[in-house]
Amino acid sequence: MNARPLLDVADLHVRFATPDGHVNAVRGLDFELAAGESLGIVGESGSGKSQSVLALIGLLADNGQARGTAHFADRDLLGLTQHELTALRGAEIAMVFQDPMTALNPYLSIGAQMGLVLGRHEGLGAAAARMRCIEMLEAVKLSDAERRLGMYPHELSGGQRQRVMIAAALLCRPRLLIADEPTTALDVTVQAQILALISELRAELDTAILLITHDLGVVAGHCDRVLVMEQGRRRDYGTVDQIFHAPAHDYTRKLLAAVPRIDAPGRPGKLPAGDTLLRVEDLSVQFRLPPDKWPGRARQLTAVDHVSFDLAPGESLGVVGESGCGKSTLARAVLRLVPATLGTVSLLGRELLPLRGAALRAARRDLQVVFQDPLASLDPRMTVRDIVAEPLESFRPELGRDEITQRVARLLERVGLEPAHLNRYPHEFSGGQSQRIGIARALVCQPQLVICDEAVSALDVSVQSQIIDLLLDLQKELGLALVFIAHDLAVVRQISHRVLVMYLGRAVELATADSLYERPRHPYTRALLQAVPVPEPDVERTRQRQLLGGDVPSPLAPPTGCAFRTRCELAQSRCAAERPALREQHGSLVACHFAEEI
Amino acid sequence: MLRFAIQRLLGAIPTLLVLITLAFFLIRLAPGGPFDTEKTLPPEIEANLRAAYNLDESLPVQLGRYLWNLAQGDFGPSFQYRDFTVTELIATGFPVSLRLGSLAMALALVLGISAGTLAALRQNRPVDYTVMGAAMTGISIPNFVLAPLLVLVFAIWLRWLPAGGLGDGSLRFVVLPVIALALPQVAYIARLTRGSMIEVLRSPFTRTARAQGLPTRTVILRHALKPALLPVVSYLGPALAAIITGSVVVEQIFGVPGLGRFFVQGALNRDYTLVMGVVVFYGSLIIALNFLVDLVYGWLDPRLRHG
Repeated sequence: MNARPLLDVADLHVRFATPDGHVNAVRGLDFELAAGESLGIVGESGSGKSQSVLALIGLLADNGQARGTAHFADRDLLGLTQHELTALRGAEIAMVFQDPMTALNPYLSIGAQMGLVLGRHEGLGAAAARMRCIEMLEAVKLSDAERRLGMYPHELSGGQRQRVMIAAALLCRPRLLIADEPTTALDVTVQAQILALISELRAELDTAILLITHDLGVVAGHCDRVLVMEQGRRRDYGTVDQIFHAPAHDYTRKLLAAVPRIDAPGRPGKLPAGDTLLRVEDLSVQFRLPPDKWPGRARQLTAVDHVSFDLAPGESLGVVGESGCGKSTLARAVLRLVPATLGTVSLLGRELLPLRGAALRAARRDLQVVFQDPLASLDPRMTVRDIVAEPLESFRPELGRDEITQRVARLLERVGLEPAHLNRYPHEFSGGQSQRIGIARALVCQPQLVICDEAVSALDVSVQSQIIDLLLDLQKELGLALVFIAHDLAVVRQISHRVLVMYLGRAVELATADSLYERPRHPYTRALLQAVPVPEPDVERTRQRQLLGGDVPSPLAPPTGCAFRTRCELAQSRCAAERPALREQHGSLVACHFAEEI
Repeated sequence: MLRFAIQRLLGAIPTLLVLITLAFFLIRLAPGGPFDTEKTLPPEIEANLRAAYNLDESLPVQLGRYLWNLAQGDFGPSFQYRDFTVTELIATGFPVSLRLGSLAMALALVLGISAGTLAALRQNRPVDYTVMGAAMTGISIPNFVLAPLLVLVFAIWLRWLPAGGLGDGSLRFVVLPVIALALPQVAYIARLTRGSMIEVLRSPFTRTARAQGLPTRTVILRHALKPALLPVVSYLGPALAAIITGSVVVEQIFGVPGLGRFFVQGALNRDYTLVMGVVVFYGSLIIALNFLVDLVYGWLDPRLRHG
């Protein structure tokens, strides 16, 4: 390490003036960062990790105030004028933000957005700037760089957009790159690509990295040192190995324990013997889209493509796949929220798809759902009592108001909320509590099956594990069947008896959780699992990775034969000609012509 | 895009038909007729006149005849200005109104967008409060109150500007009518711009632009202005309609011989064809300009360009 660190932050405080008084977001933070080094800042939401770096570069909200010192190459960042800071930002300190869709300007072409940076900091003219932009887009491995300059963000995939963000940040070869949750909005395979890219560029350009994340797995593989934050304070600070193997603080230990691990066996109870509760056969959902140019033919998007599975009472089935693979549409089709084009869905032997009117309404009682965004799925103008009671008032009005209120109170207590909160409104609850309300609403009519669509994805890991414990307990107690849809493979392993892997609307593998995670038999499953970071520095450093390249093909024009063949290393001519059927392979169902070779 | 254009053009036809039919019956519902004068005409002469202008036929037949002529581009003769066709009157009046209207629109856009942006940048500070207070006042005062006040202050008390008419056609004569027409629109546009600009300035992509070290001027002009103007562009349609209806009142007050004034005179004299002609003309103009606004919108928002 150099004698003098590139960035030396001491006693950093950030506070916000609000109508209710001051809120202290960061309270006395110290850390340093050497040139070319990579420091991970880890913490849950509200820990102050983002605010502390925004304070460094003068991007706090107007009501925010920072004090302390932050020496960056001989200058105190907190003592600079706005003018001096502006000159520094983008040139010496650059930033990459979380959601590349909203962080890039949707109204400006890629070339224009990047060109402005060069024009500002290096005074480059249009032609010279264009050359540099192309070079940088090639450096972030974006294919077809020249053509991309004229494109707009919406024409790129999430991973491509994040590459553009990184290219724009690195244009002026900054000495420090701050990445604030750079891969949180991306699929796990794309996350692996982007993280690998950042590490590679760091070595190439000798840029120091500040990586802010909630995901300990990301830190384990890509940082030299780690800072753990909680409630605006530094809880732990050291090399990756220290943090993961000998954490100094209790909070770090708790955080490490709460992280769901892809290499740890799940915790679902014993699978109770029983008949089939839900049977889905050959279910397909197609959407008709208007033609892309006129006159032209309407286009057909196959969101779910001949998917079949069974579910026993008390069983939990995990459904995983990258965004756009059709997992949510599958759930919606089973719930009759979108019309199925083809196939059958039967609950306890009764066909659901032909049901209409009152019969459909009655059947819905047995089928409930918990959605992703806990706050958005609760009506902000209804009290908790009314939200949870609504299904009961609709299906069992004969119970009467008092009995219903009593049942709601008992249920709230069961899902870990105070019955005294009956008359509160959703905004008074945290994310985890709101999700408990959502679960109570799903359970109030004693359904047989609950579909959880990314039900814990928006929550912090510690809250996530509490909600999963709750769901597992409820399952044991009530014999509930669960369909658990998530993009996070580690979370799915914790809760599932069996797991269904989807790709471009098709089921590619269906197996018991343990055999799927220990011994994936489809090349896509294997690639997915390899992309998931493990919170274990030794494992991450030595891990052999076959990174999945490219993006998921458009569902409007899926490849012929096997949908995965365009990204598959095993693909041969047969894969293009013949669509593989799900077939049994050592107890797993796999849709691959070459499953034996994996 | 082609499909969009064709759809919009076809959609305009029923709109125009409804507009024509409504105007046709409304003007005929008004008491009196085109040939009522101070001294009553002998019944046989009035009958002759009515027959000459086909007013003796049943209403549906008259409407049908009007539509048939209209389809051939014939607005018919004016009942009041006997030597002129309605087409000729529109050709005389419209250039005058167009000048007023486009100046008012340009003024409204320039002033409104600048004031709104300024207020957004100084959110919740004195400048913001002043701009928004003035805008609220501008919206609340109707132009038939504003116009005489302007005349009183600038023409009568200060004697800076003429009180009415077109005079030699120089710019001095249109200043007051243009201000009277533009002010309410300035106010609306300022409020719209302020609101959307504040939202855009809070968006993640402006934060990115600032993190890239771009100075505020570049952030506003190159990153924020275009998206912030989208609500203003969608308001342009209603704004054009408001300026056209406003011009009817303002031209009357300032004695400007524009199309609006013809319309008011025509309505007072029950000059059926003239009123109908102006309604059809302005109706088509508003539809056409709204179509243009949609095209501009598509041009501003790249996500609407394809598909």
